[in-house]
Amino acid sequence: MPATDTILDIQALTIRFHTRQGLVSAVDGLDLALRRCCVLGLVGESGCGKTVMSHALIRIEAPGRIEGGRISFFGRDGAAVMLDALDPGGSTIRRIRWKEIAMVFQEPMTSFGPQHTIGAQIGEAMALHGIASGRALQSAVVASLQSVGMPRPEQTARQYPHQLSGGMRQRAMIAMALSCHPNILIADEPTTALDVSTESQILELLRERQAELGMSILYISHNLGVVAQIAHEVAVMYLGRIVERAPVGVLFASPKHPYTRALLRSIPRVDRDCSGSIEGLSGNIPEPFARPAGCSFHPRCPDRLVGICDQVAPALRRMDDGSEVCCHLYRECAHG
Amino acid sequence: MARNGQSGALLLRYVLKRLLWAAVVLVLVSFFAFLVIQLPPGDFLDSYVEQLSRSGMGVDSATLVALRHAYGLDRPMVVQYWEWVTRFLHGDMGVSLLYVKKVNVIILERLPWTLLVTTSSMLLMYAISIPVGIYAARRQYSLGDFAASLVGFVGMATPGFLLALVMMWLAYLAFGVSLGGLQSPQFMQQAWSWAKLKDLLWHLPVPLFVVAIAGMANLIRTMRATLLDELGKPYVTTARAKGLKEGVLIWRYPVRAALNPIISSGGWLLAELFSGETVAGIVLGLPTIGPVMYRALLAEDMYLAASCVMVMSVLTVIGFLVSDIVLAFTDPRIRLS
Amino acid sequence: MTDTAASRHSASQWQLMWAKFKDHKLALVSLGVLGVFYSIALLGPFLAPCDSWQTSRFTFAPPARIHVFHNGRLMRPFVYGMKMTSDPRTFERSIAPDKSTVLPVRFFVRGAEYEWLWLVRGNLHLFGVDSGGQINLLGTDILGRDCFSRDIVSTQISVTVGLVGVFITFVLGCLIGGVSGYYGGVVDNVLQRFMEFVTCLPTIPMWMALGAAIPAQWSNLKVYFAITVILALRSWTGLSRQVRSKLLQLRDEDYIIAAKVAGASDSRIILTHLLPGFASYLIVSLTLEIPRMILGETTLSFFGLGLRPPTVSWGVLLQDAQNLAAISVYPWLMFPAIMVVVCVLAFNFLGDGLRDAADPYKE
Repeated sequence: MPATDTILDIQALTIRFHTRQGLVSAVDGLDLALRRCCVLGLVGESGCGKTVMSHALIRIEAPGRIEGGRISFFGRDGAAVMLDALDPGGSTIRRIRWKEIAMVFQEPMTSFGPQHTIGAQIGEAMALHGIASGRALQSAVVASLQSVGMPRPEQTARQYPHQLSGGMRQRAMIAMALSCHPNILIADEPTTALDVSTESQILELLRERQAELGMSILYISHNLGVVAQIAHEVAVMYLGRIVERAPVGVLFASPKHPYTRALLRSIPRVDRDCSGSIEGLSGNIPEPFARPAGCSFHPRCPDRLVGICDQVAPALRRMDDGSEVCCHLYRECAHG
Repeated sequence: MARNGQSGALLLRYVLKRLLWAAVVLVLVSFFAFLVIQLPPGDFLDSYVEQLSRSGMGVDSATLVALRHAYGLDRPMVVQYWEWVTRFLHGDMGVSLLYVKKVNVIILERLPWTLLVTTSSMLLMYAISIPVGIYAARRQYSLGDFAASLVGFVGMATPGFLLALVMMWLAYLAFGVSLGGLQSPQFMQQAWSWAKLKDLLWHLPVPLFVVAIAGMANLIRTMRATLLDELGKPYVTTARAKGLKEGVLIWRYPVRAALNPIISSGGWLLAELFSGETVAGIVLGLPTIGPVMYRALLAEDMYLAASCVMVMSVLTVIGFLVSDIVLAFTDPRIRLS
Repeated sequence: MTDTAASRHSASQWQLMWAKFKDHKLALVSLGVLGVFYSIALLGPFLAPCDSWQTSRFTFAPPARIHVFHNGRLMRPFVYGMKMTSDPRTFERSIAPDKSTVLPVRFFVRGAEYEWLWLVRGNLHLFGVDSGGQINLLGTDILGRDCFSRDIVSTQISVTVGLVGVFITFVLGCLIGGVSGYYGGVVDNVLQRFMEFVTCLPTIPMWMALGAAIPAQWSNLKVYFAITVILALRSWTGLSRQVRSKLLQLRDEDYIIAAKVAGASDSRIILTHLLPGFASYLIVSLTLEIPRMILGETTLSFFGLGLRPPTVSWGVLLQDAQNLAAISVYPWLMFPAIMVVVCVLAFNFLGDGLRDAADPYKE
């Protein structure tokens, strides 16, 4: 039974792609819970399935297919909606999209349609979900642009996407995402394509709006440094599974899973001696058609236990300090 | 779509630029048309004399020289060109030896039919190709997709005249009569009436199909390919994530974007339609300009041939102009650059 | 890494293209089909059992059937001779197989003389029948000429027109597009207007006008080259537009700038960096131009403004197909139509396959 402040509960989610060359399990038995008013950072290498999983939350995972597991969304009234069971083209999920769960995409360049103005596209979302209509729509659009710190919101609303810079476009994207006051915002690498100073501005903006609106954010990134700045909790993903989840302080102070440890080791630190070379992870991500048996990380794991890690997949173990980890190296603590 | 004063001024500038371009191109076209007049050995007078001598009359050399001088055919090329162009602009396109009529009369007779065939072919092309292309892109590798591709390929690979022949042959097999022209003989001299209109509509499908098929094939392929490209772009995902209905978002976003190359190819399409209209016209006996040009070329009736080329090119240039301006309206990126 | 994986990581551009091309089954089949066409073009009269211009009194003879049984006996493949019969009541004349004349099909026969590739005189034919008889695999035409032989000889002309024309297109397109893209500015502007002007002339009317200008007294060879030039005069615009835009685009590509920064000379940049970048696009464009030229020549010749008898091309042969009543009774006259469609389709599929293979980012 999930805690009452859980807004999204994912259990054993499996998403597969049926390609001509074979079957690819992009998400393989993933467990994750998102709490209300919480920023959950999701970290992983490119290709680990983060984006596919996030798309599945609003059922745009096609051409992938959900082939197992459960996604439960607990709306404002507390009732549970099984998102995985909804028809991807049906009206229920379309009502949930954007109004309950909104998304900010990685590519501000191309996430806006080139033929319509920014204002038209934001207004379209607001009108669709009944936030504003008619004459009030125009002022609502301008207000939403203002709330993300756009310098000249009325002018921006009349402009086309190609006329804005990358940072402005991402702000507009955030304005559009927040326009319907969603409960959950999925931010899929929103600052990857931006320069560092714009990135910090966007992060600041997201932090402010999150506190203001009391919404949950699923912040997806491959950049641990960025995640550290914004997340309350962090989950680490590898090959379609969560391998570790912990409150942000705990994760950075005492990472448990060897993969997490390797990721943290590979970040250059200002306060450390830089005479040695940066430790990288050995090996490469396995081919999608050649998943390792047992723990999917074991071929690259420096601490693997031969005979156990290459045979049995580890289960999620809860630890004392509030973290959870999927690794044979750790025993479940006494009071689970 | 709000349009402020600045973008309006840019649009005007763009339109003026295109008009200037059109004028330049028309001048070059007139060079080509004049070249067409000069290409066969001898000139208009030689052909006239030959025609006279065939019917038993002759012209002595003194009269010939005088006539040549009177018609300005002994003057330098540049002068002749200038005289021809200025006369053409005033509507005097010369005389046709073949039809024994003034050229502008012949052209005016045929212009409405030409416009009818060309514009309805174009409309038919767009009306069929765009939905079929969209269907083929959305249901990739389905039976419908393959069928559309097949029709497309055959349409592209079959020469127009062959298609016309095949259609006529099928009609011949089915009805035992040659289905040619745009009207049955009994209606040709009559005034317009419902019966005449119905007769026209009965005759239209085959010529329209033949004229449009090659362009249609290309359009379907272009639409399909462009739409497939656009469907994979992130803004389509955004639109879907916003909660829009699939049908609505397909038309509002990727189709809008995919229409740009279709619109911008409008002018080129028109040029190809005149090619198709010429070929179909000759085989099916249509009362359009293309077949007249053909007969004029065979008979070395050069003023008529050149005027036909000129008229067809003028219409094509207008087509290019219109499609450029329409594109400027629909694609903000062009207008604002 | 295994050997194949390593070799794929360092394969040259052409090896990558070929690997991708092989996946495109339709394109491979088309390559084979075109191979057949061009083999026919190369071997020409050798493959034809009869002389293409030899008339006979057996006009509109139906295609001959190859039999193996004669009077119940199994024999080597043969055809029957032909005889004229007339219906006793209607006096209608028709051609019927003459069962008394058995003409075995022989291979490597000495038959009518011909000039191979305008160089070598020969009279060896792949197959045929003894002299005095005819074998008409596709029947005969209005003058009693063997359609099969005429189809073969016309293939020679029709498929090579495309090649020669495309060569001229290539030269013109590269030259004008190259100058336009390289110099930019005023030169580019002027040339672009010129290109647009040519595009504004409707294709077939333009070809017809120029075709009509070819003097009647020119030799067949001159007419052939004139036609190829006329066809190319329209096609070069597409290619030069591509060359120009590729040049402009590639000049600013990162890898070119990187090469410049690394100190490469201009000529090295052009040869080893720019050229391979669009060589594949050029090949695709040219491959797709050929079918347009073939269609153009066929159309022009059909309307009498292209190649003229005694030269035969598919278009010339199809002139016989204008008579609808004749076609329904003698459908074998339409065979060149099938060849046109198949050849053009094959080129289009090949071009598509090449285009897919050349695009490194295509799925």
